[in-house]
Amino acid sequence: MKPELLKRMVKGPDGVEFEVEPMRDYYCDAPPTVQHGAYIKIVEDFFNWARAESLWILGFGTGCGAIEMRPLMTPRFDAYRYGIQWRPTPRQANLLVISGYLSTKTLKRAIRAYEQMQSPKYVVGLGSCTINGGMYWDSYNTIKCLDQYMPVDLYITGCMPRPEALLAGFEDLKKLIRAGKAEGANQYAERFDWYKANQKQVIHDWDMPDYNW
Amino acid sequence: MHALYDRLKALFPLGELTEQRANLAFATLPVEYLRPALLHLRDQEGYTHLVLLTAVDWLEDGQENCQFQLTYLLNNRAENLDIGLRVMLPREGTTMASIHDLWPTAATYQRELREMFGIDFPDSPGVYEEFILEGWNDIPPYRRDFDTLKYANDSYAQRAGRETRDPETHMKEQLYPGKS
Amino acid sequence: MDFEWIKIPYALLTLFIVVNFGMLLGAFIQKIGARVGRRHGIPIWQNYADLIKNFGLRTSITHGVMFYLGPVFRLTGGIGLLLFVPTIYGSEMFSNLSFSGDLILALYFVFFGTLGMALGAGESGHPHAAIGISRGLSQVSMAELPFALAVFAVALQYQTLSVTDIVAAQQGGIANWTLFTNPVAVAAAMLGFLGSMMRPPFDVVIAPQEIPIGPPTEYHSSYLALMQTNRAIFPIAKIVIYMNLFFGGAASWPVFFLKVFLIYMVSVIVGVVFPRFRVEQSIRWFLVWAVPLGVLSIVLV
Repeated sequence: MKPELLKRMVKGPDGVEFEVEPMRDYYCDAPPTVQHGAYIKIVEDFFNWARAESLWILGFGTGCGAIEMRPLMTPRFDAYRYGIQWRPTPRQANLLVISGYLSTKTLKRAIRAYEQMQSPKYVVGLGSCTINGGMYWDSYNTIKCLDQYMPVDLYITGCMPRPEALLAGFEDLKKLIRAGKAEGANQYAERFDWYKANQKQVIHDWDMPDYNW
Repeated sequence: MHALYDRLKALFPLGELTEQRANLAFATLPVEYLRPALLHLRDQEGYTHLVLLTAVDWLEDGQENCQFQLTYLLNNRAENLDIGLRVMLPREGTTMASIHDLWPTAATYQRELREMFGIDFPDSPGVYEEFILEGWNDIPPYRRDFDTLKYANDSYAQRAGRETRDPETHMKEQLYPGKS
Repeated sequence: MDFEWIKIPYALLTLFIVVNFGMLLGAFIQKIGARVGRRHGIPIWQNYADLIKNFGLRTSITHGVMFYLGPVFRLTGGIGLLLFVPTIYGSEMFSNLSFSGDLILALYFVFFGTLGMALGAGESGHPHAAIGISRGLSQVSMAELPFALAVFAVALQYQTLSVTDIVAAQQGGIANWTLFTNPVAVAAAMLGFLGSMMRPPFDVVIAPQEIPIGPPTEYHSSYLALMQTNRAIFPIAKIVIYMNLFFGGAASWPVFFLKVFLIYMVSVIVGVVFPRFRVEQSIRWFLVWAVPLGVLSIVLV
């Protein structure tokens, strides 16, 4: 474990000594719980419509697929007209696009970003690397099957998928959300132990709490 | 490049010159002459830029001269010339003198080489910190005796049903069915 | 002074109209910005979808009491600013809570939201929020200075601190507007206006590409929805003040919509033409161009 993550005494700028334990202080160890929607169906449907029409993507590119995300903002493809926007912080985003191959080092960051997002949240796997490893199927350092580590709502195939394919994929995701079928966050909470076991199997230096809200 | 090679040859026991292009050439020299040669190139010949420092694992060359090759590629900006100096090192317990005091950027290359090939640079700053791999638990992955497919199959869950096709014949069958 | 209870539904009605107008206007302005970049831009109802989505999120996290209060203060700033100045001049229904010293209170409310935000963002503990809020406060203070100077100049000119009286003095023809009776003060205030609208070139504080999104880094779900509501109200409320002080106020809703839109367009046109300033550049810009104008306007009066 890195020395800055160890429990230790720190002297503040005002001269007061205090104890910090980074593994506890900034994180939460409470596992996620299953969140049910509104009890009245029409309200939940209304919320689902709003969720579908307002997809906020976390600006986090993991592999070469990130380069296919950028044209979506340009005049040629203009994803904004479909209610798709990019947010720079996981707190405000509700769609995590795993754009291409995911090395184990990045997987760690992706998990933390995913867990900091607020429910309901969605994951889209982009490109064949997230499905079966793609051209990195025999690589020593990339995961092969994204849905082992986080709940994936939708895969977009291709190496790389063109921006048009991404737009079509996002439209399909909207249909899933409107139908109330995109419940990845609850799936993650239900099978939390299974996901954690899979994650810890490939991340050998697990130096974070089990849940980072 | 030949003029430079002749000038260097007078000072250091250089191997023969391999010319890749008119402005890119490589030469091998013994390990102990590397540092003086680099200093000479940097201070006297105008090769002020370290383009890269990389390694090759010559595992297939046979057991007796089984070795690593380090390549120091230097660039002369003013005349647009590149020269690569190669040194050969034994493959087991490899240690090399650091050149981070000549080019500070070399420290990063050396950190990567230690992680990916297991070549040690004892004085290089931060060389023992993790660079790309976090929590690596096998032999360094760029060594040729590392079986990457076996490691991938052991470590990661593979999705069943993956097929490999030859792109040329597959596309022929797709586009012109029955003709191939 | 006895309080008339009918004012409460009137105030709520004003608020309702302004929120919806602000949401649609915000989306419309974004569409204009997008058309300049040859895009189609967001749908006109996008802000509503975002707002409902954020209210409809199932989880949210708090970092402490001030974290709750930050967006509340911010919204209070926007609503307070709106309700303490007469929205429609001469209308009993939409003059709301304006009183004889409301100009001073309005000046305070312009700043109130940012201060509340500073407390809330500080509580979130995120370093980006702290950096963002310090940059935001310094820039807003600097933009506020020429505006405050211009307001004092206008108050001296009309010898009153009541917004209603200032509007009344400007009635009877376009030549009576402060814009023409005191152009220097208006120029100074409009430069300050550019700085406080959080549009380019002065939007480095909340720009997503900068220190990620600045003060609201940690804000999400309902907290963010509150702040979005304020993002709809606050620019309108601010423009209402400008409209009342400098552009003759509005005597009916259609005039109100038109004037607010045109005043908003000033900052939009500047925003799509000029690239972003860094904070120290914008502060220097305000000091060199806007503040001397403000001082000059007071001297001239």
